[in-house]
Amino acid sequence: MPDLSQELIEQVKDSLNEKRALQIVGGGSKSFMGRNVTAQPLMVNEHSGVVSYEPVELVLTVRAGTSLAEIEQTLAGHNQELAFEPPRFGGHATIGGTLACNQSGPGRPWLGSVRDHVLGVKLINGKAEHLNFGGQVMKNVAGYDVSRLQAGAMGTLGVMTEISLKVLPKAEAVQTLCWNMTAKEALQFMNEQAGSSKPITAACWVAGELYIRFSGARAAVEATVKQWQANTRQVDETIWQKLAERELSWFQPEKPLWRFSVNSAVDMGAIDDEAILDWGGAQRWYQGEADKAELEALARQAGGQVQLFSGGNRQDEVMHELPVAVQMLQRRVKQSFDPEAIFNPGRLYSWM
Amino acid sequence: MSNTNKPNKDELCTLFRRFIAPEYVISDQETQKPYECDGLSMYCEMPLIVVLPETVEQVQEVLRICHRYQIPVVARGAGTGLCAGAMPHEEGVVLSLAKFNKILEIDPLTRTARLQPGVRNLAISEAAAEYGLYYGPDPSSQIACTIGGNVAENSGGVHCLKYGLTVHNILSVEMLTVEGEKMTLGSEGLDSCGLDLLALFTGSEGLLGIVTEVRVKLLPTPERATVVMAAFDNVQKAGDSVGGVISAGIIPAGLEMMDSHAIRAAEDFAKAGYPKEAQALLLCEVDGTEEEVSSHIERVEKVFQDYGATSVRISQSEEERALLWKGRKSAFPAVGRISPDYYCMDGTIPRSQLAHVLTEMQRMSDHYNLRVANVFHAGDGNLHPLILFDANQPGEFEKTEEFGGKILELCVQVGGCITGEHGVGMEKIRQMPVQFSDQELVQFHAIKAAFDELGTLNPGKGIPTLRSCQEYRSIESKEECSHA
Repeated sequence: MPDLSQELIEQVKDSLNEKRALQIVGGGSKSFMGRNVTAQPLMVNEHSGVVSYEPVELVLTVRAGTSLAEIEQTLAGHNQELAFEPPRFGGHATIGGTLACNQSGPGRPWLGSVRDHVLGVKLINGKAEHLNFGGQVMKNVAGYDVSRLQAGAMGTLGVMTEISLKVLPKAEAVQTLCWNMTAKEALQFMNEQAGSSKPITAACWVAGELYIRFSGARAAVEATVKQWQANTRQVDETIWQKLAERELSWFQPEKPLWRFSVNSAVDMGAIDDEAILDWGGAQRWYQGEADKAELEALARQAGGQVQLFSGGNRQDEVMHELPVAVQMLQRRVKQSFDPEAIFNPGRLYSWM
Repeated sequence: MSNTNKPNKDELCTLFRRFIAPEYVISDQETQKPYECDGLSMYCEMPLIVVLPETVEQVQEVLRICHRYQIPVVARGAGTGLCAGAMPHEEGVVLSLAKFNKILEIDPLTRTARLQPGVRNLAISEAAAEYGLYYGPDPSSQIACTIGGNVAENSGGVHCLKYGLTVHNILSVEMLTVEGEKMTLGSEGLDSCGLDLLALFTGSEGLLGIVTEVRVKLLPTPERATVVMAAFDNVQKAGDSVGGVISAGIIPAGLEMMDSHAIRAAEDFAKAGYPKEAQALLLCEVDGTEEEVSSHIERVEKVFQDYGATSVRISQSEEERALLWKGRKSAFPAVGRISPDYYCMDGTIPRSQLAHVLTEMQRMSDHYNLRVANVFHAGDGNLHPLILFDANQPGEFEKTEEFGGKILELCVQVGGCITGEHGVGMEKIRQMPVQFSDQELVQFHAIKAAFDELGTLNPGKGIPTLRSCQEYRSIESKEECSHA
């Protein structure tokens, strides 16, 4: 695939000259996230391809429009993977969109998020300058960490053109066990077990069933499963991908879907019983009509935040309301990258 | 905002002593002396005043006063940093967070700890041990360095290939802005809505705000950890064998390399049983469950043998593991014994470039007539060349600095960067324009201004001004010309 970064820079320049806002689009698979915005699309998906891949260095550099499918195929050739298990959303998800929306799968508490695995980015800022931050090495503390700042920024700071990531060897073995228990019991159990030095890489409770995944060295996985298998049953691994892709039958697309990111052990009362408790309790999915301010109050009590992940009213705010001082700081950081506010205005918050 | 009525030193002391215990407002030169530098003692400066507040409200008040009169503020933890990041400003206040040394809470169930910024890194793991937990990042200075400083520098350590840097191991930071306003970045959850200012703040070297509280993640202590030591008669083979371990699908908990100078110095110092004739020594730690460690050790041993190791030794007990690490962990002071002074560099490189970089470094070592010993976090490509010199020889430190600068430029040339974990501070500010373009530096300044418009937090560190970059470049080009 050709390098289209120059074309992207030209398009940013044009919109800058015409003071025209841009909506950055990769595979379009996450257009349901964030607030609704109407601006001229800037298509990044054609700017794709692997720039460099050094399996022994555990470093992959790709253009931002590269699909996760292509990346996973490249890595599989060397028995490696993206350890943060990003959702593919029907196969259209790109690495740029995955980073911009900070999307990571069930293994996140143990294996890290996309934010944790990003090593460097190239991005076009709001002055149409093509800038390079971070690098292609595991450690780099020169300058501010602009690369990780892109995680969850939803394209409000610039157009990412190239991303370097840490990749990891695939686990030798994976097995999943399932228990029947209540939400309350599951929260306690998941948190307790996460403190043991067993090869746990995912833990999720849904509709009365707790699933725990073990992966890593074969000997370790087999020994742990043998030790734990009393009063449980072994299930196949498809649960995890369905969970990541939100394809479990629990998810009802017509209902608003709320995502809580909270203290993993906290008891959130009745909501827990109806929710999916993922990430060992740190990420909880709840669906249904609800008052955002009420859920925010619950989330704050639970040490975290809530967002309207999909569906519902997307004209109003969908992200957790931030304290005024933090809002002001966020806005100033946004302005430092995009002084004319041309990138995804209002996508993250109405005021940004 | 006007600073025309800026208070003089005595007036400022009086202002501070209204709310800080008088003995913790230090203005005399003798008591200030220990604050003149951090771990990089070649860079020193006396501050105007040192304050040691005891409450967050006092820190806020110090910041408000300094902001009102545009007085520089340099935050300081234990002062173990190695880039002159905590070097005082001659017209500024050193804000020591040393009094904030309490572990506020350890929650074994959620595996987190809430800490004041002056808590020592090792003290976290010591306190968490009774719950079978520990804190991942373990910089060499962990006995003394503080968590606030770790956040400011995004500190790593020997275990970061597997367990990550500070940025991967913290959940939230309570910070004060330059105006003294308190805010929390991050939460008790694993991520937050909006821009990830926690990521931006981590490693920002005291330029964006003051850390007043940190919530860290704790990890379960592995059932077992074992070290495999392998000696090689050739650096290239050792470097390649590291790739061999990774290709075997194993991510070691730690993977360290030393060259022959470092091996001999460390062995003389620690008597760890390192083979002194080796050209390169690898220490590979594998941790996890009993079964995992047994299986991985076997494979790691085979990889090292296949890559031509001259000897392989596997730790048989906790004592032996500790002894093998002792040599590595004391490599810096050990090198300190074979030379009056040493200067520690901190570049990162793609591991494939190791042999080339070491060869080039030897060439430069001959050119400058200065010995260099190498300690290498081989797993993650972070190289610590230790240049041996004698500060009492006129001009030798300047020569050493120039040599060090050239090493960092070499790291950038081969695709690496100028600092993997020590930070830029005052020390590497001249190398920043080697790694970053003017436009990138302008973007950094814009970020800084979003937090600190007047630039009074740790001024002169981290990001060079464009004018100074032009000066560095013109000196460089003159040097190039005169060398040609």
